[in-house]
Amino acid sequence: MTGGPVVRPYGDSTGDGMVQVSFTLPVPHDKRAEGAALQLAAKMGMDPAMLVHARQMGDRFTFFVIYGRVNHLVDLSAVRVVERDFPLLSAKEINALIRRRLRRKLSVVGACIGTDAHTVGIDAILNVKGIAGEKGLEYYREMAVTNLGSQVSVPDLVAAARAARADAVLVSQVVTQRDAHLHNVREMSAAFREAMPAGRRPLLVVGGPRFDETMAEELGVDRIFGRGTTPREVASYLVHRLVAPAGTGDGEATGARSAARVGVSG
Amino acid sequence: MSDGDGVRPGGKLGLDPVLVRRARELARRAGEPVVELARRHTTVSVERAVLRLAGVSGADPDGIPWVNRLVDAVAADVGLAYGVALPVFDAVVREFGPAAGRSGDLGAAVTLLAQKAAAGSVRFEVPSGRAARSARAAARRAVGAGLRRIDRRRAERERMVRRYGDPPRRPWIYLIVATGDIYEDIPQAQTAARAGADVIAVIRSTGQSLLDYVPEGATREGFAGTYATQENFRLMRAALDESSRELGRYVRLTNYASGLCMPEMAVLAGLERLDMMLNDSMYGILFRDINPIRTFVDQRFSRQVHARAGIIINTGEDNYLTTADAVADAHTVTVSQLLNEYFAHEAGLADWQLGLGHAFEIDPDLPESFRLELAHALLARELFPNAPLKWMPPTRHMTGDVFRGNLLDGFFNLAGTLTGQGILLVGMMTEAVMTPWLSDRDIALQNVRYVLGAAGGLHEDFVPAPGGFIQRRAHTVLAEAVTLLERIVDEGLLTAIGAGTFGITRRPADRGRGLEGVVARADGYYNPATELLEAGSRTGGDAS
Repeated sequence: MTGGPVVRPYGDSTGDGMVQVSFTLPVPHDKRAEGAALQLAAKMGMDPAMLVHARQMGDRFTFFVIYGRVNHLVDLSAVRVVERDFPLLSAKEINALIRRRLRRKLSVVGACIGTDAHTVGIDAILNVKGIAGEKGLEYYREMAVTNLGSQVSVPDLVAAARAARADAVLVSQVVTQRDAHLHNVREMSAAFREAMPAGRRPLLVVGGPRFDETMAEELGVDRIFGRGTTPREVASYLVHRLVAPAGTGDGEATGARSAARVGVSG
Repeated sequence: MSDGDGVRPGGKLGLDPVLVRRARELARRAGEPVVELARRHTTVSVERAVLRLAGVSGADPDGIPWVNRLVDAVAADVGLAYGVALPVFDAVVREFGPAAGRSGDLGAAVTLLAQKAAAGSVRFEVPSGRAARSARAAARRAVGAGLRRIDRRRAERERMVRRYGDPPRRPWIYLIVATGDIYEDIPQAQTAARAGADVIAVIRSTGQSLLDYVPEGATREGFAGTYATQENFRLMRAALDESSRELGRYVRLTNYASGLCMPEMAVLAGLERLDMMLNDSMYGILFRDINPIRTFVDQRFSRQVHARAGIIINTGEDNYLTTADAVADAHTVTVSQLLNEYFAHEAGLADWQLGLGHAFEIDPDLPESFRLELAHALLARELFPNAPLKWMPPTRHMTGDVFRGNLLDGFFNLAGTLTGQGILLVGMMTEAVMTPWLSDRDIALQNVRYVLGAAGGLHEDFVPAPGGFIQRRAHTVLAEAVTLLERIVDEGLLTAIGAGTFGITRRPADRGRGLEGVVARADGYYNPATELLEAGSRTGGDAS
């Protein structure tokens, strides 16, 4: 096996398999609690497991730190990851790309459509406040963001996108009762197809925790983002699709509108 | 507070008193036109707050509060330019007779009126002459009763502080809980209090700031936070009263008077004896895209209520540094603190009620970053010697490396105690990773206790060298703040906000959420709450 693509954790020597974990159990600190922590560690595959720290918090919780050896092996050749098909850029790089290649602000229109009043998702992506330490798209100097908020009708969204000369339309859907999110998105993409010719249609991006990211084509949109998506990922994607440097796949790169529309297959 | 840390005139930084006076004078000149604007307008939320003070409570079967139904009904019949008090209490007198509520509950009568109005069986008009006089008297009586309830809650707080005592030291330790479920929040808050937290903040559900109504009742589901409702306020305050008794120190409760319902939140906080409220003059404008005029009108009213309720406000300058650069734009924090101070004093708040915000957000990879932090923190301390400054932990440079994060939080705590901060928001090593676990909070509190225990008195020995790095940096920031204030006075504050001066974001005065709820006051505008609050603050005279 020497030189093989198999690894295990490294504590202070190759192959020792040492890991450290910490967790809380909802029990007061006593002998039994420590035994419970060690049993959990054993079930997690730590053998031997050393309980190095236990501390009661309040009257019914105990925090544990455990060091121990795991026997699991990781075969690197069998690791499969879903690669992001666009580069993740910093805010600075995103602004610079838009400024240099687009030479105007990139216009983004966002909304929750249908009866959905959960603006959490769209606000997290668009508002300056952002999410998880990342600022929303409003923070990007080179983006002009219009957040229409909740319960926007599809015709209103199309009209707003037209008025803002939107390069991209972001739609967020949280409510999934009776597949409302799928119906709403289909209605939305159909309306844009009807209202604008393929070459002039904004990039349609949908987000929400219950979407299957592979359904974009079926729903008639350009991209679906699932749970845990950050504003920077969305911004990077928009730049990749709309302001892509020449030769990265979208063909013409003379400006966002042409580049984007070539990429839209509907 | 600054007592005991040996700060004398000129202080540890040797600030130029002429420049400090000039900075305050410029803040006043920048703020005055905005106050004038606030005096000339009202908003749907101010009017709803008046009705809440008058005792209107509850919601219709769809969950829409009666105060919303009533304000909407008045707006539909006669508009809001005269305020809701005159048309509503005119209708009360017409419907229930001039003695309405004299013996009983006037609030209940108005709630009944709201129900009738919702059914379309009441028409509102703006009364004149004798009818106006009796409407005004009834409105003043109802709102006065609400203010007296707030006064009683304030007296109750003062009594409990006397009985149980304040935290044994500064800074007060401020901790956030937010599970989305008030019944889950309560044991977490009590656990945190036992572990040493002096102030519990229940963070609100994402998106609540943009709701144009206050939800009703106890709530068990929120997004990354728990809805602020009167019932949730009451439940949490009762739980912390229990903890205060148990621990022998008064545990304070914080929520948010921000967003589209800022004035109503202030009233509910006063009625339920909350102790601190986040209440920034510009946060909603910059970070929630709420219309600037709406924000300034709502803010002034909410601060008048906070002044009366004895509530400490927390301003939000820390947020600028999460978007703008913490070194290059440090002076925008100072400018905003000066503006927040002016607006707060104007609304009747005393210095002890000004939890002016600032934050430890300088890139730790920058050389001398800690000395820069000390310079900025000390500048705030010395500019506002009697304000309980709110010191906010690092967020922007927390990477998910929890071990490094814990170290950074330790330095944040050290800066806090070295510079005599009043309220210390406990930093979490899991910042930017997830909402903190129980154990994360416990580890964070150990960090705070260690630093305050080991170095709590170090501020006595910490005197920056005259003309040294820290003094020079503080002078530079103050000078930059004065230059920016001069520009703001020239351009006008609303123009400056529109041009992206604070936190980078541009927010023009004719745009933003909630603009449709802003109404210019007519000549006969009447608001009994404003009248009573302004009379109270004049006779109270505790504003500097």
